[in-house]
Amino acid sequence: MIKMFKNLKKKEIIYFLISIVFVVVGVLLDLKIPDYMQEITTLLTAGNTEMKEILVQGGFMLACAFGSLVSAVVVGYFASFIGTSFEKNLRSRVFRKVESFGMEEIKKFSTSSLITRSTNDVTQVKMFIVMGIQMLIKAPIMASIAVSKIANKGWEFSLVTLVGVLIVLVMVIALVLIVLPKFKLLQTLTDKLNRITRENLTGIRVVRAYNAEEYQLKKIEGANDELTDMNLFTARAMSFMNPVMSSVMSGLSLAIYWIGAHLINQAEVLDKMEIFGNMVTFSSYAVQVIMSFMMLVMLFIIYPRASVSAKRLNEVLDTDPNVKDGEIDEDTTDLKGVVEFKDVSFKYPDAEEYILKDINFKINKGETIAFIGSTGSGKSTLINLIPRFYDVNEGEVLVDGVNVKDMKSTYLNNKIGYISQKAVMFKGTVEENITFGECLQGKPSKERIEEAIEVAQAKEFIDALDDGFDTSVAQGGTNFSGGQKQRLSIARAIARNPEIYIFDDSFSALDYKTDFALRKALRKHTNDATILIVAQRIGTIKDADKIVVLDSGKCAGIGTHEELLKNCKVYKEIAKSQLREEEL
Amino acid sequence: MPHGRPKMEGSAKDFKGSIMRLFAYCKPYMPLIMIGLLSAGISSIMTIIGPDQLKEITNTITAGLVSGIDLDKIKSIGIALLIIFALSAVFSLLEGLVMASVTAKLSKSLRSKLAGKINRLPLAYFDTTTVGDTLSRMTNDVDTICQTMNQSLSTLVAAFTLFVGSLFMMFKTSWILAITAILSSLVGFVLMMIILKNSQKYFTKVQEELGNINGHIEEVFSGHNVVKAYNAEDEVNKKFDEINESLFVNGRKSQFYSGLMHPIMGFVGNLGYVAVCIVGAVLTLNGNISFGVIVAFMLYIRFFTQPLTQFAMGLNQLQSTAAASERVFEFLDAKELKDESKITKYLDKNEVKGSIEFKDVEFGYTEDKTIIKGFSAKIKPGEKVAIVGPTGAGKTTIVNLLMKFYDIDSGEILIDGVSTKELTRENIHDLFVMVLQDTWLFEGSIKDNIRYNDASINDEKIIEACKVVGLDHFIKTLPDGYDTLLDDSDALSQGQKQLMTIARSMVDSCPFLILDEATSSVDTRTEILVQKAMDELTKGRTSFIIAHRLSTIRNADLILVLKDGNIIEQGNHDALIEKKGFYAELYNSQFQNANE
Repeated sequence: MIKMFKNLKKKEIIYFLISIVFVVVGVLLDLKIPDYMQEITTLLTAGNTEMKEILVQGGFMLACAFGSLVSAVVVGYFASFIGTSFEKNLRSRVFRKVESFGMEEIKKFSTSSLITRSTNDVTQVKMFIVMGIQMLIKAPIMASIAVSKIANKGWEFSLVTLVGVLIVLVMVIALVLIVLPKFKLLQTLTDKLNRITRENLTGIRVVRAYNAEEYQLKKIEGANDELTDMNLFTARAMSFMNPVMSSVMSGLSLAIYWIGAHLINQAEVLDKMEIFGNMVTFSSYAVQVIMSFMMLVMLFIIYPRASVSAKRLNEVLDTDPNVKDGEIDEDTTDLKGVVEFKDVSFKYPDAEEYILKDINFKINKGETIAFIGSTGSGKSTLINLIPRFYDVNEGEVLVDGVNVKDMKSTYLNNKIGYISQKAVMFKGTVEENITFGECLQGKPSKERIEEAIEVAQAKEFIDALDDGFDTSVAQGGTNFSGGQKQRLSIARAIARNPEIYIFDDSFSALDYKTDFALRKALRKHTNDATILIVAQRIGTIKDADKIVVLDSGKCAGIGTHEELLKNCKVYKEIAKSQLREEEL
Repeated sequence: MPHGRPKMEGSAKDFKGSIMRLFAYCKPYMPLIMIGLLSAGISSIMTIIGPDQLKEITNTITAGLVSGIDLDKIKSIGIALLIIFALSAVFSLLEGLVMASVTAKLSKSLRSKLAGKINRLPLAYFDTTTVGDTLSRMTNDVDTICQTMNQSLSTLVAAFTLFVGSLFMMFKTSWILAITAILSSLVGFVLMMIILKNSQKYFTKVQEELGNINGHIEEVFSGHNVVKAYNAEDEVNKKFDEINESLFVNGRKSQFYSGLMHPIMGFVGNLGYVAVCIVGAVLTLNGNISFGVIVAFMLYIRFFTQPLTQFAMGLNQLQSTAAASERVFEFLDAKELKDESKITKYLDKNEVKGSIEFKDVEFGYTEDKTIIKGFSAKIKPGEKVAIVGPTGAGKTTIVNLLMKFYDIDSGEILIDGVSTKELTRENIHDLFVMVLQDTWLFEGSIKDNIRYNDASINDEKIIEACKVVGLDHFIKTLPDGYDTLLDDSDALSQGQKQLMTIARSMVDSCPFLILDEATSSVDTRTEILVQKAMDELTKGRTSFIIAHRLSTIRNADLILVLKDGNIIEQGNHDALIEKKGFYAELYNSQFQNANE
């Protein structure tokens, strides 16, 4: 948490310091008000008072009250600035940090965890800072001023105050010990309820098909019961707080007066006035002491949650991406669209086994290379090495004769048109989705977009849309079907006009006809581009110039469809499962 | 509300209606709520009496400063006060405990209601809402209702008691001073209302932008690969900064305004105090009132202004309660599946022969767009039916209708000659077993996942099924074997998950089988295994198979070729190829060379 505070900017710290001044002023003024009240009371009691005197005292009191209001407004202004500005910067830092991550770091944290971290956790920390700033400053100032007023004014009164503070402390500590751990449990139970309900919702067709509604409901009810019991326990425990607090406060006043009465009675005539004075001061300030203790304690109660969030955020901020950007950002060779793997071996971080071992191949400008193999054979991993989603452990990946590790990522990415397995859509319009990102030629022209959607076989459905290119795309592209999204994401790559296309199993969401038409159009559109395809279907890759067959991370054969049918056992097996004897 | 973000504070469409409904809903807990509120009221009356008595002690002490204090009087007041404080604490605790029970019970019953409702809603409802939306109603909204209701109710009642009590006492004591107090407090109240009104728009804006930024973050993080590969960091950063900045500006304002409330009310309290003192002094000097009245008023004015802040806060919270309950009731009010209690026909799954006939079936997800148009087909018992067609041709829709997930608009589907309209959904589901493309497994052991809700399936049957689909060996290598718990972590590959769902359907003996693209996420070599398992599964059952992989359906008895919702061709593979129609084209495109 302390580390979090280091993220405060200079301006925020200055504001923070100014706030302290105004808090002190405010507290001093607040504490002054009872004095004027006392004065007015005395004036009124005295009887034959001039109206003017009351007006003067009342004026002073109002001035103090107004001053206190003004300082509260100033503090409020600065505190809200510090809190929200801190939040803004923190969120921005986390966001940019995550953006700099490679796949390795993303996998390590998991995407959903990163999302919660940059949303919920940031809010948690901010809430603590906003509340914390005000309480953390105000409580000690209030306490110390109050204590200084009551110091040396009778040990009996001090003792009573101490007892009051102790009772509050004991209660709070007890609550912290008993309830706080349950709060964590509460979160777990809420998560559980959420999970089981989500399960029911995502599997709703299966649930109904199996007539398992009752079964699921029973599970939800189980989680619901657990959650309710825990909620009840914590709520009941917490309901002790208010009564105890107010009892202590009123009890304290009563005790001070009661004891005071006895003390005054026993005292010498001369001391009586002084003890009475002390008693009055104590009765107004002792409560302030307890209040400020309470504030600090509240801080401790909200602290654990914020601290967990802060820790989770620091984890993200302290992680540096493993993939470091290279230097080269302009062409150093005459090669274009050449991809070469030289003795490449790769294993996922923390994995024991290599997922790719000794992979060698070279593909030239204008050629098509395809990768096939069973799930887990490493074909997606292999092409992920080209845009450096991961870095190889051994060997090197060369694009246009240069090791990708030495290239600047923007330069490398400008050569590549990558299409992921699952189409990714962004909120915006269809056109914004197609022109997403930056490439060498800048934003694609209208003609290029038209061309791209035609090649991607997306023209027909885009034309059918009411607003065409300006049709809005919902978050996650939920208003488009899987096949449409995939075609749009392919259009996005084509609009970039890249040297190298990478299709990471991007065709499986398309039916055979579209798949075929698209590949045919793409070849016609771009004769020079190098195309890398990962696929499951033999039909998709049959016509590739080269087919790399992967089996458990090793290359089981390289060649054309015909060659592989003759001499690669693994390929033959795959082909057999998809084609009939006469088609082989 | 398809893509609606959760509505936040103060945006209940019908505040009064929602609150009234919530109250109606609370009826079973009314006695408890009444006890709770009564306790809150009593406790706050004690608060009015308390300070008055304390003042009495001071007076007694002041009076006896010189001559000696009346200790007996102090003792009796002290004891009275102790009792008052104790009672106040007890009632306040009682209120807390009772309200905690009410809250817990209410939230539990709301959640149960919501959970039960999930299973009675038509699938169409879930087509237009996100899982997150429903979940947020179930947890966030219910939590909000209970928390805010608890707080706002007690606060409002306590504040109201205090407010009315002090108002009563004030007018009883001196009407001139009472009016003075009210007028000076009115200043504060008006100020507060202005602030509330002004800040509302910032609060709404903050909620909106918070939704936007969370959405943006989710999108960018999920599409991280694409953002990187397309050099789109600057682009997404720009958008992020825009939203973040607007969030900052509005957040700062809303925070500032809400922080103003407390200081302003404090000031108004002091203002009232001074006003009462001055008017009081004038009145005293004229001899209209006694000094004691002013002293009393000094306390009353505190009790009078304090509830105003609480009113504002309580009402604000009640706004959130209303907004949240509106969302919960909206879900509970959603139109449910058709009532089937009048249906008397029943097909026993052990006696069903297994024929199905579609008769001029017409259907559309929305009224204005018919997807399935005049679809007719006859399937004999034990036949394998393959449904083929390009994406969006309506293949899954056929299955949805078969399972009565949706009601058809016109025409009939007959199972063994009985219209599905005359059968309950439960009965139909009982006859079918389904393997879907989305492999759905739940948190639980492997055994539980395969057995699912049919407790009669014994372990041998489960192991037998796993052997058939070729999972047995793999499961045995797991540390806990068949008792291994499945959770979020990806211990199973997609293919293994698929095999697991096949095993689940294998232990279920039904006359009909539906395979919805069930093998497309399994690699081709595993597919041979799955294929064998499927053949086993289809034996003796009438099966419907949907797949992009034509090889999996080549040996079907009947192929239905769908295009734009119509069955354009029917027949077996060889006959359709012979026909050189749409199917032949579709099939051949698989093996054409793109370079030609």
